[in-house]
Amino acid sequence: MSANLNDASALAREDNPIFRRRHRRNAVMMSVSTLALAFGLFWLMWIIGVLLWQGAGALRLSLFTQMTPPPGGTGGLANAIFGSVLMAGAGTLIGTPIGILAGTYLAEYGHRGWLAPATRFINDVLLSAPSIVIGLFVYAIYVAQVGHFSGWAGAIALAIIVVPVVVRTTDDMLKLVPNSLREAAVALGCPSWKMITMISYRAARAGIITGILLAIARIAGETAPLLFTALNNQFWSTDMNKPMANLPVVIFQFAMSPYEDWHTLAWGGAALITLLVLGINIAARALFSRK
Amino acid sequence: MDAPIARNAPAPMPAPKLTVRNLNFYYGGFRAIKDVNLEIPANRVTAFIGPSGCGKSTLLRTFNRMFELYPEQRAEGEVLMGGENILTSKQDVSLIRARIGMVFQKPTPFPMSIYDNIAFGVRLFEDLPRARMDERVEWALTKAALWKEAKDILNQSGNSLSGGQQQRLCIARGIAVKPEVLLLDEPCSALDPISTAKIEELVTELKSDYTVVMVTHNMQQAARVSDYTAYMYLGEMVEFGETDQLFLKPKQQATEDYITGRFG
Repeated sequence: MSANLNDASALAREDNPIFRRRHRRNAVMMSVSTLALAFGLFWLMWIIGVLLWQGAGALRLSLFTQMTPPPGGTGGLANAIFGSVLMAGAGTLIGTPIGILAGTYLAEYGHRGWLAPATRFINDVLLSAPSIVIGLFVYAIYVAQVGHFSGWAGAIALAIIVVPVVVRTTDDMLKLVPNSLREAAVALGCPSWKMITMISYRAARAGIITGILLAIARIAGETAPLLFTALNNQFWSTDMNKPMANLPVVIFQFAMSPYEDWHTLAWGGAALITLLVLGINIAARALFSRK
Repeated sequence: MDAPIARNAPAPMPAPKLTVRNLNFYYGGFRAIKDVNLEIPANRVTAFIGPSGCGKSTLLRTFNRMFELYPEQRAEGEVLMGGENILTSKQDVSLIRARIGMVFQKPTPFPMSIYDNIAFGVRLFEDLPRARMDERVEWALTKAALWKEAKDILNQSGNSLSGGQQQRLCIARGIAVKPEVLLLDEPCSALDPISTAKIEELVTELKSDYTVVMVTHNMQQAARVSDYTAYMYLGEMVEFGETDQLFLKPKQQATEDYITGRFG
């Protein structure tokens, strides 16, 4: 017994070669990952810094009150902001219930058969599908059929982007709810729909809402799907059946233009979207950590 | 603890609440329970003991068809309550589960207030006015020896309670719906000795109103709390009888080996 203790004290020494190798390896890995972190943060900070620096000039009250101007004129992004909010809102309202219901099916009912695994796989493919493909898809099935660009087409394209994000987070968050909680509810004589709505949803609420917020953040900046669906509108329009202004496409067009004023507005719009996405992410994080 | 049954003379067993006949249980292809026959007496505490994996929890989970949540699990045979086979009953399974309550190994408070934890189950089958619901919540919490600690914090989340309190909350929730049978699946295994003592005391009191079936790893607990004990091994019912008989004069050598720790 005492011999073992002596052995241990003989091994647990700083000059033990295994110990020193382990230490060196740790130091190397630590430096590499710290560098990677710094590298990532550097670009992120640069992007945000440039956006705020360049966009600061445009972030005035008039940005929110005036329409997009013709070249050379002064104006704001009011119609684009409104259009973005309207279409992102409609897209979220259409996509979220579908996403939550589908995610619920996957997590709560999809234990047997091939439907759930197949759906989950297709959903993952859709999740990583380039958004321009979704834009073209809606163009082909809707815009080309009715013969004109419209706000609804934009909302549908955004909804198609929302669905897989919400499906995935709902599925994941519901799977985190311990089965023991479900069993406890069922053991009281609770039918499964009530168990899902009263217990599972309640337990996974913060996570599901976070998923919805992240989906909103995702579609807030999507350009490609709107380019083929809502296009743009220079004027204030609340008619979802007409082409509709929106921030990403306005930024795209203004930034590509040769006009100085348009450039400033494009920077302002870009800064606005970035701040919005940042805000949503912080809100999502705060919500999740409160749980 | 009072002694409702004569300890020496073989007392007549009370009428069975649950009768198990030729029960087999399968996890996929694995047969976890083998031809079990058993009569669980009404208004008594029956304990299932045996080593891990012997099928005692599995047996308990057939009584309220909890296994049906998992598609690869199935039971064959009969579990009779009031002459009806629970396993093949045409009755909605929710109704059966409302009559046969269950408390689990780990406390499972719902993500809602203490009050709502209790009211949740009651509301599934009863539409009580507020005052009556208040009474019911108080009654259940009192029964579960939690009222004193919880009465001023009824609006707090059930998760804010300690582990022992959470488990008593789950018992209160289980009895609030007034089942006929209460299944306890190792209810004390995650608790400290003081909470365990409270729950054991509670179980002893509950048997005047309920038929209690409890799975336990703790043989002293089985000896302290139960009136009847079943010893299971590898999915088979090795011995079933009055607790005193089983612990003092086991009929099977295997039972004696297990309860004296000479097992394996």
